[in-house]
Amino acid sequence: MRHIMAKSLAPTDGVRDYLAAQEKKSLLRFLTCGSVDDGKSTLIGRLLSDTKQIFEDQLAALERDSRKHGTTGDDIDFALLVDGLEAEREQGITIDVAYRFFATPKRKFIVADTPGHEQYTRNMATGASTADLAIVLIDARQGVLRQTRRHSIIASLLGIRHIVLAVNKIDLVDFDQAVFDRIVEDYRQFSRDLGFQTIAPIPMSARYGDNVSARSENTHWYSGPTLIEHLETVSVEEAAVELPFRFPVQYVNRPNLDFRGFAGTIASGTVAQGDEVVVAKSGKSSHVKRIVAYGGDLKQAVAGQAITLVLDDEVEVSRGNMLVSPAARPQVADQFAANIVWFDEHALLPGRSYILRTETDQTSATVTDLKYRINVNDFAHEAAKSLEMNEVGICNISTRAPIAFDPFAENRTTGAFILIDRISNATVGAGMIVHSLRRAENIHWQSLDVGKRVRADMKNQRPGVFWFTGLSGSGKSTIANLFEKKLFATGRHTYILDGDNVRHGLNRDLGFTDADRVENIRRVAEVAKLMADAGLIVIVSFISPFSAERRMARELMADGEFIEVFVDTPFEECARRDPKGLYARALNGEIKNFTGVDSPYEAPEKPEIHLKTLGKSAEEMVDSLEHWLNERDIAEDQYDNGGGI
Amino acid sequence: MTSALTHLQRLEAESIHIFREVAAAFSKPVMLYSVGKDSSVLMHLAMKAFYPAKPPFPFLHVDTTWKFREMIAFRDQMAQKLGFDLLVHVNEDGVRDNINPFDHGSNTHTHVMKTVALRQALDKYGFDAAFGGARRDEEKSRAKERIFSFRNAQHVWDPKNQRPEMWKIFNTRIAQGESIRVFPLSNWTELDIWQYILQEDIPIVPLYFAKQRPVVERDGMLILKDDDRMKLLPGEVVENRLVRFRTLGCYPLTGAIESDADTLEAIVGEMLTARTSERQGRLIDRDEAGSMEKKKREGYF
Repeated sequence: MRHIMAKSLAPTDGVRDYLAAQEKKSLLRFLTCGSVDDGKSTLIGRLLSDTKQIFEDQLAALERDSRKHGTTGDDIDFALLVDGLEAEREQGITIDVAYRFFATPKRKFIVADTPGHEQYTRNMATGASTADLAIVLIDARQGVLRQTRRHSIIASLLGIRHIVLAVNKIDLVDFDQAVFDRIVEDYRQFSRDLGFQTIAPIPMSARYGDNVSARSENTHWYSGPTLIEHLETVSVEEAAVELPFRFPVQYVNRPNLDFRGFAGTIASGTVAQGDEVVVAKSGKSSHVKRIVAYGGDLKQAVAGQAITLVLDDEVEVSRGNMLVSPAARPQVADQFAANIVWFDEHALLPGRSYILRTETDQTSATVTDLKYRINVNDFAHEAAKSLEMNEVGICNISTRAPIAFDPFAENRTTGAFILIDRISNATVGAGMIVHSLRRAENIHWQSLDVGKRVRADMKNQRPGVFWFTGLSGSGKSTIANLFEKKLFATGRHTYILDGDNVRHGLNRDLGFTDADRVENIRRVAEVAKLMADAGLIVIVSFISPFSAERRMARELMADGEFIEVFVDTPFEECARRDPKGLYARALNGEIKNFTGVDSPYEAPEKPEIHLKTLGKSAEEMVDSLEHWLNERDIAEDQYDNGGGI
Repeated sequence: MTSALTHLQRLEAESIHIFREVAAAFSKPVMLYSVGKDSSVLMHLAMKAFYPAKPPFPFLHVDTTWKFREMIAFRDQMAQKLGFDLLVHVNEDGVRDNINPFDHGSNTHTHVMKTVALRQALDKYGFDAAFGGARRDEEKSRAKERIFSFRNAQHVWDPKNQRPEMWKIFNTRIAQGESIRVFPLSNWTELDIWQYILQEDIPIVPLYFAKQRPVVERDGMLILKDDDRMKLLPGEVVENRLVRFRTLGCYPLTGAIESDADTLEAIVGEMLTARTSERQGRLIDRDEAGSMEKKKREGYF
């Protein structure tokens, strides 16, 4: 009967010995990758089956599934064992990475089975980021394909140094050595510059098990190890313990006034009681008083351990900072070059603001320069204005606040980051830091005695940026001009930055692609910021269709100085007015990327001022703007007085 | 200098790192406590992660009212011993409608008393992150899930569109009403769990150990007659047999196995020769193909 389990065969007294042996085994994390249909999932199914990891009830379910969705005739379709999502079984493809666990007498393994389709590259990268070795599968009939190259490049960028080149389906080319040799030569040629330490080519049939765990009778010309033999013995030890001490502070543990511990996972190196450590961002030094752990303090701790450090004195350290070795410190900079793998369907645009997250730190960041895109076929460095989904490039990044890091090539933990979209919160990219840019280290902000406050006071006003956004023809310029006249009449110092005018000068080199529109806004926002710093009331009149760019502009300004004015006129009305005849031409297809026609307008969700223009005059709009401005000045004066100035 | 970490030390460190990350990045986390062996390990790791402080979040038990009595007793005993903040939530609508596994089947019962109950509790307290003890080796849709697994405001999991999860850099950003399910035991196997329980001497519910218990054979499973709400069908008899449980859930839906393993060593020894997976004792996974994925998408853990 199915519920009856065989009486335990292993003698109980042997269990502790067995477990002790288990504990000594090392762990290898690897992934399978390569193009669609090269047999990745089948290989993992084969590995699990050959190492006896499949239970009877799972096998029964597999047989049921194979009959329903299988692609291998009457045989068991091992791919169905790992393709765990309904959509995957129905479509016969792998969408997301699956993690599987198996062990042999020599080693424990965690394997990430990753998808081959280009559109799911981000899931392949997810699996690769925690792996030390990649099995790159190649269909012997197809040879090295575009996805083989893309996956190999990504594996290399993510720091994988060991490759198994599994030339699969060797049975379908009659176990022909010439085919195998040609593919291996192709791959070695292609991967010459990828920095792999070992490449182990193995002719294989995952479906029939040739050279997976048992040596094949059909490939007498091959004398190397089987896949399992290789995985059991390959040395991938990354000596994180040998690197300088790095301790990213994750959590400040402060249960009461007498205890203040810094909790985190040691990224590299070792630490012992009494050691001197330095706070990376401030350079302040202290000593380790205690290494606190449940069950008793530790004398020392090593890379990979999650510990809590108590320091000798009350130095200022918070989450995102790092405690490090005084002898070899990490870099601290706000500008650096990094390799980026882009995941999102919305392209990476230089100038747009993203959230940058390291293991424990977070700040906003922009790509200041996309230096080049890497062609995955031939490694050519190609000029590019944006990075599309699944593309790889090298960029200069500028962060709002400095971060502490090491180059990724030296430290996989402290050299990595992800980029997050500000609005959707999606993880849009992964980055590997190459080096800091000298600029950031050498140029310091000039501290001037004559400041913004003094300049504004002299003009007897509060500076600010009124940012008018709205469709072409919505009335932005008309209202802005009238508003400026009114302000001027009341003795205020103003300046208007108008979209059309700026494009004739400062931004004459920019077109109307998404990338150029972002840059257009960035420059205008920076100019507006300088003018506000000079004490002016700036009126910006720009379509500025993307909320991300308006947000970027907002974040450049001091708190309360960015006033978003939504000039809300319906599309139909704008098209009817059509003061410059542009709508007629755009609707005819004569102008491309026209906002509201074939390029989107993202309306502000919470503008400071929302002007609904329909049925109202420009004078009425300006009245409400002036009213808003007066209210604000009154509020701030009250605040100032209350502050005792 | 100390040599490399052992397998269990590595798993432990990873789990502790995950606990701390949630405590640092979320404003209102909670730990789902299901009283089983994985929950016992999870709780132990949480105690370690924040030592000498207590875990800075409450523990929530979603009580279907059909758990084994020994589980409830163990739960209350642990809460008292460790001094953590225990919340118990029952879907009172389900109680009012007398939803139960015998009359309504495992699917409806689990949906109303577990999945819906969980959503109710998360909404009621406004938790933005919830720890669960799920492991990737348990089931193939779980093998696909991220450690930080995003849920929209309706608690729905979209398995076809998961956030990439790179290195140990977790994206903890969510909008109002959205939440993250967090699985610190993702990379543990069943064997690792038992090894760790043995190594750390972690208390578990006595139902895991073999003992003479009154069971009824039904639908190919041995069901423990835990109380009088279970009515015998024609031909069924209650027999005292030497049994134990590999996994614990609602008693009418959880099959016992015949076993004489009454020590941790014996349990591990038995596991090493097991020919079936632990979830085989769970009726809910067998209801229909892809049933776990479907339940997970609806908000089951």
